[in-house]
Amino acid sequence: MLDLIPDYVKNAPFYHLAVEAFLLVWILWLIFRKSYSPAEKNKLSEKDKKELLEEWTPEPLVPDYEFKDSVINPRVVEGPVAKYAIVNGVKSLNAASFNFLNMVGNEKINEKAIKSIEKYGVGSCGPRGFYGTIDVHLELEQRLAKFFSVEEGIIYSYGFSTIASAIPAYSKRGDIIFADEGVHFAIQKGIVASRSDVRYFKHNDIEDLERLLKEQEEADKKNPKKAKATRRFLVIEGLYMNHGDLCPLPKMVDLKYKYKYRIFLDETVSFATIGKTGRGVTEYYNVPREKIDLISGSMELSLGSVGGFCVGSSFVVQHQVLSGQGYCFSASLPPLLAASAIEALNIIEAQQGEMFPDLEKKCKLLHQKLKSVNNLTVSGIDISPVKHVRLSFDNTLEKLEKIVDYAQANSVSLTVARYLKEEKFSPKPSIRISVNYDLSDSEIDLIVNVIEQGIKSIGC
Amino acid sequence: MPSNELKSLVKRLNDDFGDVDPNNNDKPNLMSKETHIEPQNSSLVYSPKREVQESFEEAPLWAAVITYIGYLILNVFGWLRDFLRYSGLEEKKGAIDPNPKGFVPLYSEYECFYTRNMYTRIRDCFNRPICSVPGAKISLIERVSDDFNWTFKQSGRTIEALNLGSYNYLGFAENNGKCASNSIEAIKKMGVASCSPKQEFGTMKIHKDLEETMAKYLGVEDSICFGMGFATNSTNIPNLVNKGCLILSDELNHSSLVLGSRLSGATIKVFKHNDIDDLEKKLKDSIVYGQARTHRPWKKILIVVEGVYSMEGSIVNLPKIIELKKKYKAYLYLDEAHSIGAIGPNGRGVVDYWGCDPKDVDILMGTFTKSFGSCGGYIAGTKKLINHIRTYSYANCYASSMSPPIAEQIISSLNTISGADGTDEGKKRIAQLAWNSHYFREKLVKMGFIVYGNNDSPVVPLMLYMPAKIRAFNVEMLKRGIAVVTVGFPATRLTESRVRFCLSASHTKEMLDKALEAIDEVGDMLYLKYSKRKVHNA
Repeated sequence: MLDLIPDYVKNAPFYHLAVEAFLLVWILWLIFRKSYSPAEKNKLSEKDKKELLEEWTPEPLVPDYEFKDSVINPRVVEGPVAKYAIVNGVKSLNAASFNFLNMVGNEKINEKAIKSIEKYGVGSCGPRGFYGTIDVHLELEQRLAKFFSVEEGIIYSYGFSTIASAIPAYSKRGDIIFADEGVHFAIQKGIVASRSDVRYFKHNDIEDLERLLKEQEEADKKNPKKAKATRRFLVIEGLYMNHGDLCPLPKMVDLKYKYKYRIFLDETVSFATIGKTGRGVTEYYNVPREKIDLISGSMELSLGSVGGFCVGSSFVVQHQVLSGQGYCFSASLPPLLAASAIEALNIIEAQQGEMFPDLEKKCKLLHQKLKSVNNLTVSGIDISPVKHVRLSFDNTLEKLEKIVDYAQANSVSLTVARYLKEEKFSPKPSIRISVNYDLSDSEIDLIVNVIEQGIKSIGC
Repeated sequence: MPSNELKSLVKRLNDDFGDVDPNNNDKPNLMSKETHIEPQNSSLVYSPKREVQESFEEAPLWAAVITYIGYLILNVFGWLRDFLRYSGLEEKKGAIDPNPKGFVPLYSEYECFYTRNMYTRIRDCFNRPICSVPGAKISLIERVSDDFNWTFKQSGRTIEALNLGSYNYLGFAENNGKCASNSIEAIKKMGVASCSPKQEFGTMKIHKDLEETMAKYLGVEDSICFGMGFATNSTNIPNLVNKGCLILSDELNHSSLVLGSRLSGATIKVFKHNDIDDLEKKLKDSIVYGQARTHRPWKKILIVVEGVYSMEGSIVNLPKIIELKKKYKAYLYLDEAHSIGAIGPNGRGVVDYWGCDPKDVDILMGTFTKSFGSCGGYIAGTKKLINHIRTYSYANCYASSMSPPIAEQIISSLNTISGADGTDEGKKRIAQLAWNSHYFREKLVKMGFIVYGNNDSPVVPLMLYMPAKIRAFNVEMLKRGIAVVTVGFPATRLTESRVRFCLSASHTKEMLDKALEAIDEVGDMLYLKYSKRKVHNA
């Protein structure tokens, strides 16, 4: 037996063997011991879990706060919200709703809407893809495209969802959006939904925009590969809802070709109000419409209907048929509202000789008169159909609301511009006056007088 | 980044490929699942069968293989055609970017590839224009294309067809009768729009009436209505949860819910479709482990589900979800877009169907587009909740309020459904729809089709699987005078193209028989009778 043991073992000194045996045992111990893992020690037992589940108390679904009565219980209008509206049983002059062209309650429009119900019923009962496309939708799309002299139009069933769907249809994660700080809420939400990088430039500040563009140009030089795949968009409004001023469009178009961005122009307010024939800021500045990649607008203002639209080249607009979420996944616009919008376009096209110069005249007149009121500032351009007026000193929402209440008691309906806390750049509180082209000079005087009296009544 | 999109698409494709592995025992529960659930109050169920059945039969292996081969062929030809276009041998159709060179391409390569080489081939099946009421029968405007669907021309002819596609569940898409005449009156009295948001000057008396009627109908304290159903979800979920909150969302939730969840800034976790165990596991884990990285406890947890899933025809297992939500102190958001009016003995949606208490659902949401034949959406719940939404809702603050005739249509149809008009017309419609749904589905199952979803659902999806059959089925059915909705990727999984029938109370038995006969014929022609199941209790 002993022969089997090799010589080198026999010859080895005892301490050597002992050390080797010890090493062997140690290795085995290292291999087979239960390894120490901090995660395991921290692992929760079922009991711990149960305790945690019991301990967790969520916040209430609705936080506790006092609701503002003027917000949750706003004035209720009976009858049409036309130039005159009935509030609390009293007829009052309406300078609050965006009924710029006095389309609400128009007999011709109502007639078309009624005819539409008689033919199609009320709802469309389906999205555009699945038998929710009705001939009036196609007609309206063509009419809008023709109105703007562009290749194609597309309609949405809700104004808010139009631009909020259009932006994310094109701009994706990693793309860059340059946007004006003054853009309205639906645009802000569209930008959030796109998950793109957003760079806000100061309102109507072309230098600030150029600064951002140059910054980006520098960044692009460092990473040209990424720059080649990063789409750039400029998102602006034609006439700013929250400011009442026009965008410096021609300069932005010039920069477009230098910095290679695409322009999305929201004409929610400027469509059918600005320009000699109501074609918006492109007409006002005489900018060729091919240079604007996408124009969006709403039918909820000048046209006195519901819904929104986008127009532009087929290359751009067609994409929304599959990618505009609010277009694809929503029921289509009720045909009666499409028919109303078509009729409103008919009226505009038939009267274009007078309607817009008339509106412009009224806007200027109101602007001028408001300017002369003591302790009141009016912002924006004089031809704007929305006017934001603020108290020159100590301008607070509470005071403005009191003025609105005073005016309502004197049969003039005004409104403060309502904003949510979520606004990216909260505009200062203001009373927003909308101009109806059908206002007479005396009615304009009435509005101005009531505001003047209102300011006095609150002791300013 | 386009490459990211491509990656996620590839991942999705791979996931889909994984699903059909016959040796994979760990299949998603969507496939080959059959659940038998007793409703809480079985006397409320008017079904001829007392048992609620939901079935998702697995595709036969050969069908799955051919489906993939189909996509492979489409891809190969797509590449070939793209190569020909690139090399100038084939004319490039479709619009071209009007901007000069140097602009970053507006669309990602894959997206274009899919639209150009797959969608365009079958484009004539979608967006078909109509020129009539979307009722039981519709008139389609015939379109012709002489360049393989790149452009369409209207031929000037119309095609009369039986409509199995519109969401006209209770048959309120009508151009005469009480609802239509009331809406006409509303136009005469109030015009067609308000041109102002509700918080400013757009609140009209008819909106107040509508909100009261709706709250009463649903049996809750208060409700608020919006002009668009999609926006009801996408603009209101952000008022309920925010950063630091968790949304547990069903994997098949509608895109409006997904968009609203994303806009809210809350963390979103997805659970398997209608899978209570998966939901419970995720709920439990979320509470135990808190937020990722920081491990702070979640501020709130909101479970977001739909009543009837419009692509699957399944009905949410509401009693179990209510149980879970109570046990784990979560909140529940229920989207009844396809169920309100259409389901339940009184038409009050899945809450009614299961005999649950509407107060157990924190946020009841639904749309007026479907059963009510109108447009818009609502949210209902406690007074406090609704006042909160009135204060912070995007739509309530910024969007133009609901058009008066649209609101009137809803009030009139609601009064009919609830019987407040003093007739049993509403009851009759609800019963007719239920009967139609059962009859139609049962016949299809007997014929040997794979039909998804719940027996009581008015949405009946019939599986086609293969991409080429989408158009074939659609066109063949239209030849037989029946308008159907066929859907494929991206509305469904890549391999699960289907037809979706939506039944209506305005369908008569004769109409359904005619449709069934045509489906039987086309089904044989296109080899659609995939089911290997012996028809149960036939």
